[in-house]
Amino acid sequence: MKAVVTVIGKDNVGILHKVSGICAEYKANVIEVTQSVLQDMFAMIMMVDISGLTVDFDVLADKMNDLGKELGLSIHTMHEDIFNSMHKI
Amino acid sequence: MLDALSAKNILETIRMIQDEYLDIRTITMGISLLDCIDPDIDMACVKVYDKITSKAEKLVATGEKIEKEYGIPIIHKRISVTPIAMLAAACKGQNPVKFAKALQRAADTCGVNFIGGYSALVHKGFSAGDLELIHSIPEALAETQNICSSVNVGSTRTGINMDAVALMGKIVKQSAELTASDNCIGPAKLVVFCNAPEDNPFMAGAFHGVGEADCVLNVGVSGPGVVRAAVAKHPEASINEIADIIKKTAFKVTRMGQLVGSKASEMLGIPFGIVDLSLAPTPAVGDSVAHILEEIGLETCGTHGTTAALALLNDAVKKGGVMASSNVGGLSGAFIPVSEDAGMIDAALDGTLKIEKLEAMTAVCSVGLDMIVVPGETTAETISAIIADEAAIGMVNNKTTAARLIPAIGKKEGEILEFGGLLGSGPVMPLNTKSPAKFINRGGRIPAPMHSIKN
Repeated sequence: MKAVVTVIGKDNVGILHKVSGICAEYKANVIEVTQSVLQDMFAMIMMVDISGLTVDFDVLADKMNDLGKELGLSIHTMHEDIFNSMHKI
Repeated sequence: MLDALSAKNILETIRMIQDEYLDIRTITMGISLLDCIDPDIDMACVKVYDKITSKAEKLVATGEKIEKEYGIPIIHKRISVTPIAMLAAACKGQNPVKFAKALQRAADTCGVNFIGGYSALVHKGFSAGDLELIHSIPEALAETQNICSSVNVGSTRTGINMDAVALMGKIVKQSAELTASDNCIGPAKLVVFCNAPEDNPFMAGAFHGVGEADCVLNVGVSGPGVVRAAVAKHPEASINEIADIIKKTAFKVTRMGQLVGSKASEMLGIPFGIVDLSLAPTPAVGDSVAHILEEIGLETCGTHGTTAALALLNDAVKKGGVMASSNVGGLSGAFIPVSEDAGMIDAALDGTLKIEKLEAMTAVCSVGLDMIVVPGETTAETISAIIADEAAIGMVNNKTTAARLIPAIGKKEGEILEFGGLLGSGPVMPLNTKSPAKFINRGGRIPAPMHSIKN
């Protein structure tokens, strides 16, 4: 089972560190990361394996959401199925 | 992995949800109450309450869990039940409003937004319980908050029951009068149908048809904002390109509904019924069906060309959606409720969108004259005549049509009735004031239409 974490907002020091810190805390294994900075807008997409998650998925999603609010960024944590079903036939 | 699922796709989904109001409008659990029939109405109400609260105990929690997991808002969790007239049939001489109150208690316990099914199917005639139930609708809607009612008065195969049409004009008016102090909210929860679908998850017209399984889960998607944004990106596109863009967008939206529906039915341990792939607007700016039509190229919704643009939209939504879901049903298409759509409200205020144009639009949209505020002094016969016109369009065109009219008691043309929330607000629309009373009061039935020699 995998989830996609997306972070969008103004670039700042340590975003990747903080997001991956939460992943590590709950044993969500980061598989892949892609990020780009366009005119100081930061966009990161992180694919994480949630098979070994030590908490309910909602807890991880809430925690990421709280971090987003704290940093003034938009952070979404969503099960990969939604993207697969919308974009693949 | 990220290659297969490109960053562009991921960001597109996020943008649809965050900026374009993409959501699941409702997950609606359909529950059969046929096994709750009892000649003792109090006993029947106990059975109704117990069955609903046991079947739907986890509905709201399940919906909330799915919202979190997929990051997609599920705006409403609802229940539809067997038309209550069938239960009232066994309880001769007793007030069916007791059923409405039992449903309200069940809604409160489960925490759902609405229960639909305070309904009667009388397209060919009234059977036991039907008249009692219909007469009790104004009181039932005034005494409850979250209960919705519908009456099916016609169908393509049976014609139109004009006795029922005449009665419903009076019921709509009484319902508005009884709730006059509460912005005439009663008739906003009451739909009069022709060709009512039995698996519709949308309110106010949802009920659980007798051909359905004991308990199923239906999903209603939404997404006018997403379609508008997709069309806006192609200002130079030809009409067939526009149709393709809408189809592709509807496909994505419906796939999301299919995913949420199958996940919810799996978690709840009940069969998955259908995805209703309707474009359901909300009063929020950016979530309007009228704005899609304007994006296609109309200066204001309601002007000449609106019917054609809506026909294109409605058809493309269906074509895109059917491939995305294993079972499509319900109303599926584009809704055109006036008070619930920011663009429609503006067009009505502006005088561009009139009731005659709306009636024409209902021949090609997915339902009918929806959430239309009419002057408080409108006669019951005129309301019946509007219902009859609408039912005739449905009957002849083999489609679902409906009328949800709200007489604004004490208000005149141009004034505004405010409902708030998803129901929005609507300007009182002018009607033709010549009397159809003789036609309506004749009673009887309009025979079913020809199915050949179609011109």
